[in-house]
Amino acid sequence: MTFSNSLELLAFHETAYTIYALLIISVIAWFGYNLTRDKKADSIVRIPFYGYIAFLVAGGVGHHIFTYNAIPWVSQDITRHNIKPDASYEFEIAKHKWIGLPKKITIQCGQTVKFDVKSRDLVYGFGLFRQDGTLVTQMQVNPGVDVNGILDSNDMLWTFNHNGVFDLTSTEYSGPAQYSEDGKKDLMLVKNFVEVVGCKEGGAK
Amino acid sequence: MSIMKNLIHGTNFDHTSLNALQKVTLRAVVMSFLFFGLVAIEGMIMRAVVTGPANPLPEMFSHPYHYFSIMTVHPIVGIFGSTYQLVFAAFMFLVPFLTKKPLYSIKLANAVWLLITIGTALAWIAAFVWQYAPLYTLYWPLPADTEQFKVVGGIVFIIGVALIMLGTFGFIYNIYATIFARVGVHKDKTTKELLISGFGIDGMLNLWHKLTGKPPYSKEPALALPVVAIFRGTVDTFLDAVVILSAGVLVLVYLIFDASGNPLNVAAIDALLYKNYFWWGLDLVADGLVLIYVAGSWYLLATLITGQKLFMENVARAALMLELLVSWMVWSHHLLADQGQPEMMKLISGEMVTAFELLTQGLALFITLVTLWKARPLKMTMELKYLLGGLVGFGLAVPAAIIQADMGMNRVLHNTQWIIMAHVHIALIVGLYMTLYSALYVLWPIVTNNTKMFSSKLSNIHFWLYLIGGIGMGAFGGMAGLDGMLRRHLYVNGEFNTLMILAAICGTMILIAWFIFLLNIVLSVGIKGLIGIFLPAKDPSASYGIEPETIAENHKS
Ligand code: HEM
Repeated sequence: MTFSNSLELLAFHETAYTIYALLIISVIAWFGYNLTRDKKADSIVRIPFYGYIAFLVAGGVGHHIFTYNAIPWVSQDITRHNIKPDASYEFEIAKHKWIGLPKKITIQCGQTVKFDVKSRDLVYGFGLFRQDGTLVTQMQVNPGVDVNGILDSNDMLWTFNHNGVFDLTSTEYSGPAQYSEDGKKDLMLVKNFVEVVGCKEGGAK
Repeated sequence: MSIMKNLIHGTNFDHTSLNALQKVTLRAVVMSFLFFGLVAIEGMIMRAVVTGPANPLPEMFSHPYHYFSIMTVHPIVGIFGSTYQLVFAAFMFLVPFLTKKPLYSIKLANAVWLLITIGTALAWIAAFVWQYAPLYTLYWPLPADTEQFKVVGGIVFIIGVALIMLGTFGFIYNIYATIFARVGVHKDKTTKELLISGFGIDGMLNLWHKLTGKPPYSKEPALALPVVAIFRGTVDTFLDAVVILSAGVLVLVYLIFDASGNPLNVAAIDALLYKNYFWWGLDLVADGLVLIYVAGSWYLLATLITGQKLFMENVARAALMLELLVSWMVWSHHLLADQGQPEMMKLISGEMVTAFELLTQGLALFITLVTLWKARPLKMTMELKYLLGGLVGFGLAVPAAIIQADMGMNRVLHNTQWIIMAHVHIALIVGLYMTLYSALYVLWPIVTNNTKMFSSKLSNIHFWLYLIGGIGMGAFGGMAGLDGMLRRHLYVNGEFNTLMILAAICGTMILIAWFIFLLNIVLSVGIKGLIGIFLPAKDPSASYGIEPETIAENHKS
């Protein structure tokens, strides 16, 4: 099983977690009901202590093994310094404004793109969103300079597998000045910043 | 007429019969629940704003300075003004109760609730008057950004937080001075014996001796298990207070230099290093003291409710030590979206060690459930109901956390409403508070000298409204997060309208539940009694020697 974009992953996650949530609520409710009964309830299952511990360990570790194999951006992220991207974009942020931002980025299906964002003042975020508001990807953008006074990089690789037009905004709070005074406008929002073309699937809305 | 009588005189509450320890405990409890009301109102204002066109509030609440100042004080009021206050009060009562020794100092306990109350009020004033809004994470250099915020607001806010931390140190001193006092049952114990027990080393040695076929290292450990949890959790409370206070001092220095016309260079502090330092400390609240205190509270409640020994007590003691070590090494799960953070730290601290929390908290859940199960049949009292509610809360919130503490998932969950609602608010509102309500119902007769609750119907209405509202708000908020709704972001155009209206309905249930709870308490103690709690106690005793076994007798059906 592999997820080709974040929508598929989030849909899977929502279903799996909802089932789990209903299960744990039901188990505790069943447990509470039987705590009060005079008649000794037969346990539906007998959970051996070490079996339960093994289950927790397997759950905690297995979850990461599963995601490492099923979510393509994990290994890509860890080894990103050894991967040559198909295209690179570098820009900065200062005083809640994007600086040096291309007007629009067009990406061919399947291309791996590097985004390198630098902040001159505060902690910001970099996030791409589909037209229906769902999140494509994001990272934090920390300010900072190295010993030579060069701004620190915040870089991320992303491979785009579905057609779509994505908006950009900051995903980290950097103070109220990110918004217009009446709160109605996000001043860091850049509509239609990325367009992905050439895929057979238009999976991204 | 009878309601009026209750409103003024309560049921059978007599504040003059309370000793000094009982009074100081109740003072903090009263402040804690008043702050809870404030946090719920603030939360509901934010909830209402993001419903967009359906928002019934005046427009000013949607203005970014207004909105984010509320968001800045909301967790300060919630975590410190309400939760810390309640937990500290409960533990300063419980340690003397469980060790049958007097509290080290009543004066200090009074200073604790006063400092936390005044500190919280100052932080609130800084946000209300000067709209100081760097949010509680204080990401460098936002709290020192004098282009966005007024210096005076920042200074008042930091002084407020510093007072809260001073109050926290007062609590820590009081707890350790009480535990290590060699009086009463601990007259013949050495400090070394108390330390070994406090760190759970006796539990580990007992397990080791059992495995190697030797007689137990200690048959009767020096400290009861809940005291061990309080001892252990308080280590994290101390460390996080040091970190938060030192970050506060740093911000204060920058603000004072700025006010004097000689601003310091904010780039001198590395933002990512600061984030690591601050999250290490802040995470000791969430993944440290909360989880350890909660596990200890579950053990205490399970043993008090059943009157039986805790199932697998030695494992529980050893697990508390493990939990302490784990809590020091998991902060990187807050930095999984920070690309400058070393990958190894993300993998080891952020993912692998964090996954241990599933084990430690799962173990606490298991031990509590089995202890209750072995004592069947039990009466479904309010305290048992709330305890089960607390278990549900962490049963939901801990796996949610483990899921997001993953490099793959975090890329799409970080800073979304999923984190703050499905994880944080379920953990706090359902998991932590329900456990605290359970403790409150257990301790109520002891702290108030058997005051009758005005109405068990109201208690039940509170329970159901609170439980459904708490889980509902977390669930709908979480779903909005999966739909891409960010946290700490202003949406006033109805972007996630349907889910936000549903979340607001659930939030209103929590607010109404709080009001009903408060009403029940006021009608039980009366306004006269409420005022009396704040008057000096005639009996200066700093201990309360009731036998814990008597509580269990009330739970047998
Ligand atoms: C009726 C009760 C409550 C409601 C309706 C509520 C609602 C909210 C809302 C709407 C937010 C902002 C989420 C966002 O968009 O970023 C928030 C944030 C938060 N709340 Fe609550 N809340 C409630 C109770 C509490 C309590 C009792 C605590 C703590 C004990 C708490 C702790 C927090 C924290 C830590 C944040 C994060 C603030 C930040 O991101 O800087 N909340 N809450």
